[in-house]
Amino acid sequence: MTVLELDCVTRVYGSGHLRVAAVDNVSLRVRAGEFVAVMGPSGSGKSTLLRLAGGLDRATSGRVLLSGRDLASLDEDGLATVRRRQVGFVFQEANLLPALTAAENVALALELDGVKPRVAMTGARDLLDWLGLAPVGNVFPSQLSGGEQQRVAIARAVIGGRSLLLADEPTGALDAITGESVMSLLGQRCASGCAVVLVTHNVRHAARADRVMFLNDGRLAGEAAPPAGPESLLGTEQDR
Amino acid sequence: MSIRHSLLALLSTGPMHGYGLKTEFEAATADVWPLNVGQVYTTLGRLERDGLVTAEDGAEGQKVYEITDAGRGELARWFEAPVPREVIPRQELAIKLVFAMRSGLADVSAVVQRQRVATVRALQDITRLKAAAESGDDMAWLLMLDSLVFQAEAEVRWLEMCEVRLAMAHGAATGRPKPDVPARLRPNGVADDGARA
Repeated sequence: MTVLELDCVTRVYGSGHLRVAAVDNVSLRVRAGEFVAVMGPSGSGKSTLLRLAGGLDRATSGRVLLSGRDLASLDEDGLATVRRRQVGFVFQEANLLPALTAAENVALALELDGVKPRVAMTGARDLLDWLGLAPVGNVFPSQLSGGEQQRVAIARAVIGGRSLLLADEPTGALDAITGESVMSLLGQRCASGCAVVLVTHNVRHAARADRVMFLNDGRLAGEAAPPAGPESLLGTEQDR
Repeated sequence: MSIRHSLLALLSTGPMHGYGLKTEFEAATADVWPLNVGQVYTTLGRLERDGLVTAEDGAEGQKVYEITDAGRGELARWFEAPVPREVIPRQELAIKLVFAMRSGLADVSAVVQRQRVATVRALQDITRLKAAAESGDDMAWLLMLDSLVFQAEAEVRWLEMCEVRLAMAHGAATGRPKPDVPARLRPNGVADDGARA
């Protein structure tokens, strides 16, 4: 099932001789359970692509479809609802609310969507438990390590069965080992059916993805998707 | 790659015949570096000549090799000494880029981009093998995969650097401001105002 589809998407900033196409005629499809990484030099349009995919920005031309629905057909309220219900965002900084515990931060995402606080809290605790984060549920963000904060932010981004997770350099501020644990968590979400798009400079992290897309000057400059390689011989990677 | 020392290391665990050594070597390095039998016997011949192993005729007419004390000494020295870095390995990729550039026959940026895609693809494969290896108990195999991961990563980072340098050079060639180059260093030795330097 296709979760995200970009069809000849262009996003232009400025006009006249200052006109810059941050994303230039990019097409991309991401299925449920698929992990796509986007790489490219600074200013190549990676983050703009992610904002367009998540409905945080509107394309100048081309279509962005989330679970088959054209985002251009939605007004701001409709877009906000789709974002809340279907899309989770993770950025380099976890941006947790400091006055709320980890579990409350996660539950808030559900409460904003009209779920009763007690039900939301149960859902949040279940998810944290499942992600191995139960011990930090009652802890405030200031007492969490960077890696723990980032993993709680991922929990917040995926709660409520959202089908698309968009991550912009989620490991950028973390040390190597902690970064690995965040990457494992992304992989785990993917294995349970979430579509994941990861923007990263880290080629080792990108290589965990099913497909790696390269952006250059807003254009797709190449794509790496391994054929059934040695991993299929070892029978380690199930066809998702 | 020191086949010589690898064979000594295998023989330090007990006597073996040539084909067994080949098989054991490949198993230990997870078939990453296949050996041909000829290579193994040539190396064993030299080890015997140098007194590092002895050979005896085995049961089925195969020679069985055994490490000597001198061989153990040589092996110990190998483990003690760092691998020499003074020899720069010949890298086909670097050579290819140099000649792509010099010959003017290829679009260097395209060569870089194609290689990057291929290397990331290989890295994806290694990453999957690594994920499988992490749940197993073969530490030597895991360390080997780590090494392959870092080599591939280094290559991709170098290719990214190439790409940036090429883009900057292209920018300079198409009239973007160049860094100040003193007149005496310019090819024709002519200063900005046209006066002879």
